[in-house]
Amino acid sequence: METSFWPLAAVLISLLGAIPIVLSDRRPNLREAWTVLIALGKFAIVASLLPSVLEGGGCRFTLAEVVPGVPIALRVDAMGMYFALVASFLWFCTSVYSIGYMRALNEHDQTRYFASFAVAISATLGVAFSENLLTLYLFYEMLSLSTYPLVTHKQDAEARSAGRKYLTYLLGSSVALTLPAMILIYTMTGTLDFTVGGILAGKADASTASILLVLLVFGFAKAAVMPLHGWLPAAMVAPTPVSSFLHGVAVVKVGVFSILRIVFFVFGTGLLADLNLGAVLTALASVTIIGASLVALTQDNLKRRLAYSTIGQLSYMILGAGMLTEAGMTGGLLHLSMHAFGKITLFLCAGAIYVAAHKSNISEMDGLGRRMPVTYAAFFLASLSIIGMPPLGGFLSKWSMVVGAIDGGRLVLVAVILVSSLLNAAYFFPIVYRGFFARDAEDGGEGGIREAPVLCLIPLGVSALFCLVLFLWPTLALQLIQRVVSP
Amino acid sequence: METLLDEIVAKYNYWIYVVLMMIGFYAMIGKSNLVKKLIGMNIFQTAIILMFISAGVKKGGGIPILDKQAVLERGVEAASIVNPLPHVLMLTAIVVAVSVTGVALAILQRIHGQFGTLEEDEILEKIER
Amino acid sequence: MSFLNLHMYGLTAPLVGAMLLYAAGRLGSRITLPIVFGSLSISLAASVLVFAEVLHVGPFSYTVGNWEPPYGIELVVDHLGALMILLISSVSLAAALSSSRSVAADLHERRRPFFTLYLILIAGLYGLALTGDAFNLYVLLEITSITTYGLIALGRGRAALSSFNYIVMGSIGACFYLLGIGYLYILTGTLNMADLHRIIPLLDGRGAALATAFAFLMVGLWIKMAFFPLHVWLPNAYTDMPDGAAVLIAPLMTKVTIFLMIRVMFSIFSPVYEFIQHMGVQQTIVGVAAVGIVCASAMALGQRDLRRMLAYIIIAEVGYMVGGLWLANAKGMTGAILHIVNDALMTLCLFLAAAAIAHRCGGMEFDRLQGLTRRMPLTMAAFIVGALSMIGVPPTCGFFSKWYLLLGGIEAGQWLYVGALIFSSLVNAVLFFRIIEIAFFPAAAAGDHGGGPQTVREAPQAMLQPLLVSAAALIGVGLATGPIVERVVRFALPVGF
Repeated sequence: METSFWPLAAVLISLLGAIPIVLSDRRPNLREAWTVLIALGKFAIVASLLPSVLEGGGCRFTLAEVVPGVPIALRVDAMGMYFALVASFLWFCTSVYSIGYMRALNEHDQTRYFASFAVAISATLGVAFSENLLTLYLFYEMLSLSTYPLVTHKQDAEARSAGRKYLTYLLGSSVALTLPAMILIYTMTGTLDFTVGGILAGKADASTASILLVLLVFGFAKAAVMPLHGWLPAAMVAPTPVSSFLHGVAVVKVGVFSILRIVFFVFGTGLLADLNLGAVLTALASVTIIGASLVALTQDNLKRRLAYSTIGQLSYMILGAGMLTEAGMTGGLLHLSMHAFGKITLFLCAGAIYVAAHKSNISEMDGLGRRMPVTYAAFFLASLSIIGMPPLGGFLSKWSMVVGAIDGGRLVLVAVILVSSLLNAAYFFPIVYRGFFARDAEDGGEGGIREAPVLCLIPLGVSALFCLVLFLWPTLALQLIQRVVSP
Repeated sequence: METLLDEIVAKYNYWIYVVLMMIGFYAMIGKSNLVKKLIGMNIFQTAIILMFISAGVKKGGGIPILDKQAVLERGVEAASIVNPLPHVLMLTAIVVAVSVTGVALAILQRIHGQFGTLEEDEILEKIER
Repeated sequence: MSFLNLHMYGLTAPLVGAMLLYAAGRLGSRITLPIVFGSLSISLAASVLVFAEVLHVGPFSYTVGNWEPPYGIELVVDHLGALMILLISSVSLAAALSSSRSVAADLHERRRPFFTLYLILIAGLYGLALTGDAFNLYVLLEITSITTYGLIALGRGRAALSSFNYIVMGSIGACFYLLGIGYLYILTGTLNMADLHRIIPLLDGRGAALATAFAFLMVGLWIKMAFFPLHVWLPNAYTDMPDGAAVLIAPLMTKVTIFLMIRVMFSIFSPVYEFIQHMGVQQTIVGVAAVGIVCASAMALGQRDLRRMLAYIIIAEVGYMVGGLWLANAKGMTGAILHIVNDALMTLCLFLAAAAIAHRCGGMEFDRLQGLTRRMPLTMAAFIVGALSMIGVPPTCGFFSKWYLLLGGIEAGQWLYVGALIFSSLVNAVLFFRIIEIAFFPAAAAGDHGGGPQTVREAPQAMLQPLLVSAAALIGVGLATGPIVERVVRFALPVGF
């Protein structure tokens, strides 16, 4: 694998980009120009690395040799590329949306907001391109810390307690669970590199491996596996673009991505199958899927409902991987992008509703769909995708997971997926129904069209469209996933 | 019992130092008057200095100033002179002890100026208030 | 080989500087700072050259006044010593820059005596890193201690009393050390470390006396380094001393004493003596270290003053290093030695930040810190880097020494110690994020500001710049951990590891 500076550039561009953003504090237009420019540049760099990955190549870069056998190093492989493409593309959408949102609401401290955002996306790409567990841990922690100012952006008492919860869960779990697990793995194997087929095979017995697996699944608390999910609904006090991108895509997907990384490249599916540890993953995931969906039904605050929906959907990906069949793993990985596009659209719609109508509770949103048809149409499409209806992307991933469950002879998992999909429908459809058909108490729906600013509408339209596009042309995603699942 | 007694008698000087040290140690820990603590500290240091000096002494040993002529003719008879090195070292140790005492006294003066007393419990009471 | 003398220049420069300062200082206060920075720069330059020389050529020694050892005093420059003098001289130069401002504000007319003591202290520390003579070590230890007593007493409020209590405890420690040396001298007839190292294994049948000597030496040093439960003097002393002194004393004193423990353990005695002939002791000490880490971290949780909290963290960190050294394996020792460097740097960073904050806010009670990220963004950024290093977040250096310590703990099967390290990391996370949270949120009573931007008012450049450099060093040293371990620490381990 050739050494190249580009993986580092992909990570660093937004980290260094935070500097001009901070420096142009007093000139908002210039600052926003920087943000968009950096987002575009980032996506361009990631996209330029794609061809070599598709050919089976890739590239790597060693930053520093810190511990014998464990450098801080970046590597672009199929799995990382898949995640990086999704994240950097959606960051671009969110950046545009952020500008519209923050200006429309006349928010304070916009410079800090955009700078922290830039650092966070750097950390996300760092996780995607990590060559070993230590590097991944480094960027994982960086992501937790850089998103703290975003979560507590409002700086009131609620934000304070949410921020405290956020860091307690994320930092506490990573120091208390991930770090010891990582050191144990290093003691046993002498390496932390992500290797095809895993590094623990033949080095860990059943009990050690299962302890490590549990430590790591809960240690990566960003994946919000119950009972370590409480931070995600709390983090919804953040401005909506933060919730949409970070808590719909970057932060939570980093958690899942980390778990999938260790499943595929540290334990290895072979070892998990031999020790029958896939059941641990699927059991934890199933409980979370059903539990979170039930809780979501009871939430009236739209963003909190979406948050619980996210918790459930994240566990789908773990469920898919835990099936340890090719179709199941494909479905799990595919769901990573399908859910990303769907959930970000939903959050962006929630933000657009807040900007245009200043409403955040579902019970107040009667008749709103008639005034915001574009937003509600996008919301409808995205919720269909999450539920798993054709012709939208979510159908493909759920279908693949069902096939995987049947292949593995685990009919109970099929039931979990079906029940959860019904529950998804039960908590999404009322929102859409109320929006279009319920009578508005305020003005009887006579207010005409009052959409959010166009800078907000375009990104959510684009991401909603992608839910459809991914159903029709999932080739690229499948190609990348193919390289991960059957190397 | 007999042998223990013999042991104590034979090395009585060392036992005296141990007793001195304990007295000093008690004063440093147990007394609440800061000057008494300081005196305890001095007793403690003196006991250690005495121990070093005893270690250098030999029965019937003379002063370690040698006549060059005699040494060249007959060589040094180590048993006839005391070991000067511990004594020299203790000069340094005394200097250290004196400096520490000096600093401590200066600080005690400041404490007295600040609080008007040198009883530790009274000072703590004043700080609390 | 002109290099043979370089470390002497590094040692004497601050000493001569101190004398010059005291003698010529009467002429006017304008020459104070040039003398201080001049002598410290010479010292730093010499250390850098000596360090480079040791890396290329290897350890060498120097006999002061040409008196051959074992009679004369020998200075030994080995990998560990060279690392220590580099650490001491760079930390002291950075600290002096910051002190020059805080002393001007706090101690106006007493600036000259302050810097005189300051330079003597640095010379003493420098000497401690180099000396190859057990008695000389005692003298230098007392030189550093006496100057520290003086510097602490310059503080406000309760400082004089804290200083006196430190004198009492410190003297007990020094006397114990002296007693141990006395025993060793009676047993061996020499005070040169290399000589002692050679003779001690030959002493058959004097095990009890030797063990007594070793115990006295250890307990003496433990008191000086504030190893739990002998730490009682430290929190008051470190809280009450002037800011200008804290930035120097807090990073260096305990760390240099731990270095002295390494000297006693491996240069005078040997790993065979400690770890093979007396196996049970090792278990006990690691256990005590673990308990100390947990207790000190728990006590830090109860503090409402930034510097007092940092003082308790220092006590916990002492437990890290003592425990790591007594794990008796290469990884643990590597971690401990690495942690000496890292802990010095992160303590420096945090105390520099604390000094800068105190300079602007007038104190370090938590209530005063509200809204500080807005008022002093750069200071807080550096503080956060220091905090992350204390918690152990990569790529700051604190993570890597903790990594080695944990590896060593696992290898030795000391699960209590491993648990204590993780517990303390978690507590540190709580401690520092509590402060960051206070600093990040504006004061509750700031109604008139309306959440609008408050004016940025950073600390003066002389305090800010060393702070930023030290924060950058935390990341730089962290990324350079590999080469540091490969080229320096590996050679600093005792033979056989």
